[in-house]
Amino acid sequence: MSLDANTGIAEKTSGFGLGSMLRSPLALPLAGLIVVSILMGLASDNFFSVNNIMNVLRQVSVVGILAVGMTFVILTGGIDLSVGAVVAICGAVAAASIAGGHSAFFAVIAALAVGMLCGLWNGFLVAILGIQPIIATLVLMVAGRGIAQLITEGVIMTFNDPGLIFFGSGSFAYLPMPVVIWLLVGAIVILLVRRTALGMLVEAVGINRRASTLSGVRTPVLLMAVYMLSALCAAIAGIIVAADIKGADANNAGLWLELDAILAVVVGGNSLLGGRFSILGSLIGAMIIQAVNTGILLSGFPPEFNLIIKAIIILVILIIQSPALQSAAAFFSRKPAESAGMRVEQPK
Amino acid sequence: MNSRYLPLLATIVIFILSYAACAAQYPNMLSTRVAGNLLTDNAFLGIAAVGMTFVIISGGIDLSIGSVIAFTGVFLAVILRNTAIHPLVAFAMVLVITTAFGGLMGAVIHYLKMPPFIVTLAGMFLARGMSYVLSIDSIPIEHEYYSTLTGIYYRLPGGGRLTLIGGIMLIVFAAGIFLAHRTRFGTNVYALGGGVQTAELMGVPVAKTTIQIYALSGFLAGLSGIVFSLYTSAGYSLAAVGVELDAIAAVVIGGTLLTGGAGFVAGTFIGLLIQGLIQTYITFDGTLSSWWTKILIGLLLFAFILMQKAILFLSSLNKRYA
Repeated sequence: MSLDANTGIAEKTSGFGLGSMLRSPLALPLAGLIVVSILMGLASDNFFSVNNIMNVLRQVSVVGILAVGMTFVILTGGIDLSVGAVVAICGAVAAASIAGGHSAFFAVIAALAVGMLCGLWNGFLVAILGIQPIIATLVLMVAGRGIAQLITEGVIMTFNDPGLIFFGSGSFAYLPMPVVIWLLVGAIVILLVRRTALGMLVEAVGINRRASTLSGVRTPVLLMAVYMLSALCAAIAGIIVAADIKGADANNAGLWLELDAILAVVVGGNSLLGGRFSILGSLIGAMIIQAVNTGILLSGFPPEFNLIIKAIIILVILIIQSPALQSAAAFFSRKPAESAGMRVEQPK
Repeated sequence: MNSRYLPLLATIVIFILSYAACAAQYPNMLSTRVAGNLLTDNAFLGIAAVGMTFVIISGGIDLSIGSVIAFTGVFLAVILRNTAIHPLVAFAMVLVITTAFGGLMGAVIHYLKMPPFIVTLAGMFLARGMSYVLSIDSIPIEHEYYSTLTGIYYRLPGGGRLTLIGGIMLIVFAAGIFLAHRTRFGTNVYALGGGVQTAELMGVPVAKTTIQIYALSGFLAGLSGIVFSLYTSAGYSLAAVGVELDAIAAVVIGGTLLTGGAGFVAGTFIGLLIQGLIQTYITFDGTLSSWWTKILIGLLLFAFILMQKAILFLSSLNKRYA
């Protein structure tokens, strides 16, 4: 059984001790994903079928794409509450362009452009006006659905353009199109930040905005770019959501997705306080959440438990991440030779 | 003129101007009937917003209140349907639960040193999940005592009705104003919002106050849930989605600084009335779609945040040249 082999590996990695686990930020989310998958596999026979895995991947792609952008926002110590509303706006823009007789290509470009505009607005509020991110993005979260309804004129706009629908239900190389887009977005962003200085600069802003401004980092430009990236990811997700249901639903498209995206980032081992980050972690986090969602449905548990299980997951992660517990863990797991060096690396 | 009164003053001026503009177009808006309905329709939101005001003044945020309102409604509906417990006893039970729930979140925020945003987000999921587990259907409440309670009203001159739940909201606002400005707890809340370290050095019991603030928010969310169940005579686990955002908007429009440390419970009341006024106007007009409410509230939110920024900027200039 391959399942048992997986458990063995998971246990072995955790057997190296807390210290080495904490040093590799991916180990914890990955172990989480394996544990959750095994639990769900035990609870239902169908969980590991190719069909279901494809299904999980397909559904995870929207949250996954949002989580990529959200990772950067959280990395700067901020938060983007507006992504759900941006999903609705961009879906509405795409549907309205098709309804206006434009091509699918135009619809996609228009949706992405409007998404960038939303990001520019958020970035302007946060970076130039210096408003707290929670509140700055709350404005668009509250008003955004109204704007989306303004575009769709209060109805669910449906469309039949095969080009646009392809983004939702098409497939490429046996993979559903949303999954392809998700992997593509993830890969491009990872390459962009790891092969250039961008990732380091954003990390610097997240750890200490003032210090990085003083050392010559153009903080406002970076912050604007981060919020624009988040909104761009939301726009892509919006196109997928609209294409998937062949219509734009201003009320329900992307509803509460911002919370799932934030959750994915946090579950992926990223600190909400900003500073350290792993995009792969966020992607794994998104997969954990979707595996839980699907697993609960498949196992025959009432779906009502879904939210409670999510809440418990957040609580467990909060406790693991909490500064109080981490300093205790570092104290107990330090090796004598290393302890001096570790103390210097972690002041405060 | 103290600059901390400016946001409150601006809110009051905006409210009076917009009410005058509405009344000029629809003279009926001045009647006590409309005023009574304004209070009744926004009673649950107002009660929850008082709790949110304390949380925001202390520099925190509470995202769980909408879910707690829904949980309270479902809990009451299930209890009243399945047992013979008197509604008043059920009210007391649910208030104990929600207060303990809020206090627990406060404890997690303080002792685990986690941002209130994410802790109350977990609380939001938990409370919503609990209400799903209790029931996913909309359960009507058909207890006689409920119809007695909803039948109570005070007849205002001009035919308007100040209902029981509208009255409860007014009492909660009065109590909130007293609590914020006339008690040690209130002073501690303002001190916390000014800066946790400063407050600690001044001798404010930070742990106790944090837990009390979120317990108060939980208690008021529970009370708001009771009022909501009286208002709708039903319990539904999908109800009151997004109430926390409306409450935050009312607090901000009411002139409370989002960075914490400054604000007025009375301002929240005006902020609530402005939101209610927009909705009433849209109802009166009849041709505008309801989504204009959202856009207008978003715009107001933006305008007030901008104004707060400007005031902070100006007062920092004053200090520099003083």
